[in-house]
Amino acid sequence: MKLSAMVERRIIYLVLLVAVALPLLFPIGWKTEVSGYTQMAYDLIENTPEGKVVIISFDYDPSTMTELQPMGEAMIEHAFKRDQKIITTALWPMGVQMAEQAFDKVLRDYPDKKRGVDYVNLGYKVGGMVTIQAMGRDMKEVYPKDTRNTPYEEIPLLANTRRLKDVAWVSSLSSGVPGLKEWMMVARDSYNVPVTGGCTAVSAPGFFPYVNEQRQLTGLLGGLKAASEYESLIGRLGTATTKMDAQSVAHLLILIFIALGNIKVFVAKRRKSND
Amino acid sequence: MKSTAPLFFAFIVGVIVLLSEFIPHSPFNQIVSTLEGWFMIISGFAILLGQISLIRMNTHKIVHKLDNWQYHLAGLISFGLMLTLGLLWGMQETPGILGDAPGIQAWLGQKPFDYLFDNAYLPLSATLFSLLAFFIASAAYRAFIIRGLESNLLMITAIIVIIGRTSIGTMLTGWLPENLQFWHFPNLADFIMEFPNTAAQRAILISAGLGIVGSSLRIILGIERSYLGGDK
Repeated sequence: MKLSAMVERRIIYLVLLVAVALPLLFPIGWKTEVSGYTQMAYDLIENTPEGKVVIISFDYDPSTMTELQPMGEAMIEHAFKRDQKIITTALWPMGVQMAEQAFDKVLRDYPDKKRGVDYVNLGYKVGGMVTIQAMGRDMKEVYPKDTRNTPYEEIPLLANTRRLKDVAWVSSLSSGVPGLKEWMMVARDSYNVPVTGGCTAVSAPGFFPYVNEQRQLTGLLGGLKAASEYESLIGRLGTATTKMDAQSVAHLLILIFIALGNIKVFVAKRRKSND
Repeated sequence: MKSTAPLFFAFIVGVIVLLSEFIPHSPFNQIVSTLEGWFMIISGFAILLGQISLIRMNTHKIVHKLDNWQYHLAGLISFGLMLTLGLLWGMQETPGILGDAPGIQAWLGQKPFDYLFDNAYLPLSATLFSLLAFFIASAAYRAFIIRGLESNLLMITAIIVIIGRTSIGTMLTGWLPENLQFWHFPNLADFIMEFPNTAAQRAILISAGLGIVGSSLRIILGIERSYLGGDK
């Protein structure tokens, strides 16, 4: 029986839909191994002393939240666990809401953490790399108020944080430009502040060269797998862990599709040569 | 004058910023700091310009009933709705012109802007990105065909990375003894990412870096003028 390309495509879509939906509805609980890149990012936060001020920049929008939001939540939780003070910023306009949602979720387990004392959301600022450069000189000039209109000087967490050099580490969760690369070029290369971060799985290969001996990036979380690895490191059963089952099944299915496609071409060639 | 002035400013600003990287002292650091402030202000205006352009383009398509004009109408209505709701009642903790809308908040559970953001924009946006998975699956079936040595290599690499980046890879070769751990799928995938991938990426990055230096110099020296618009 010969199927048209349209029918074949519809079958593929249907099978993939079922294959992704089933593990989400009935989690399998497969384990993942922690890669060196994830471990490095974890160690940076783990080894930073309590009370230090850190920056997590939400440089993405809802389109990539499936991969990046679990990283944001896990990093916030880890920093809270280590009693570090979190500043969130956004180089993408929607990043502000992403940060708020991440805080809302994590704060359910940390009700004692106070806005302005333990964490603050400074919001979105246009300008990309230039904004980070300006933060290197004077953060108050770039962010005179937080997202709730509280003036910079009235936020207790920021009392001793005047410029980028005053933060212990920066993490950029990035799905494009501006994002992780810009933070690395300014915060790490110009001000020597350790930079780590996360990105989507497709853009991870482009960032691996920066995880080098010069520590331009101190570790990297690449995609959902890394997010689930990070969750396992901090002992959190988050969304990445449950979604990883679905991703694993989808990857397996793609391999099966590749094999089927090749078999189909092989059979067609053979038939043609026989004719 | 219309094209000479921007070229002149681009040259002066470019040279100052370039020099400030090598001479991080007065007066260059102050000038660069001021220029950064200007850049952020101009970028802010660029957002406004983008919004005006969006309204103009969409209105043109709707008025002239060009192809798919209905989608442009939907886009324009969505834009206007979110803008209006945000202006009237604000978002999250920030009040709007009419305050915080406690009545609407009691009914919806949150502000109208936040309600639409969480329940419309967010799932729609994530859905669009998720559709990629379907296209990739379909493309894998149709296009990922072994045709020669290069495609064979590509296929083997892809299979190792795909398996190595999932929980299945961990299960398949997790039983391997310590001295054969290199052949464990996740380790193989990491090896490919760390060495061949990084080597190729570095080559691309260095080439791109040189290209950026070249094109920046062309802009500073006024050779490259396409950013001014027009045909030249």
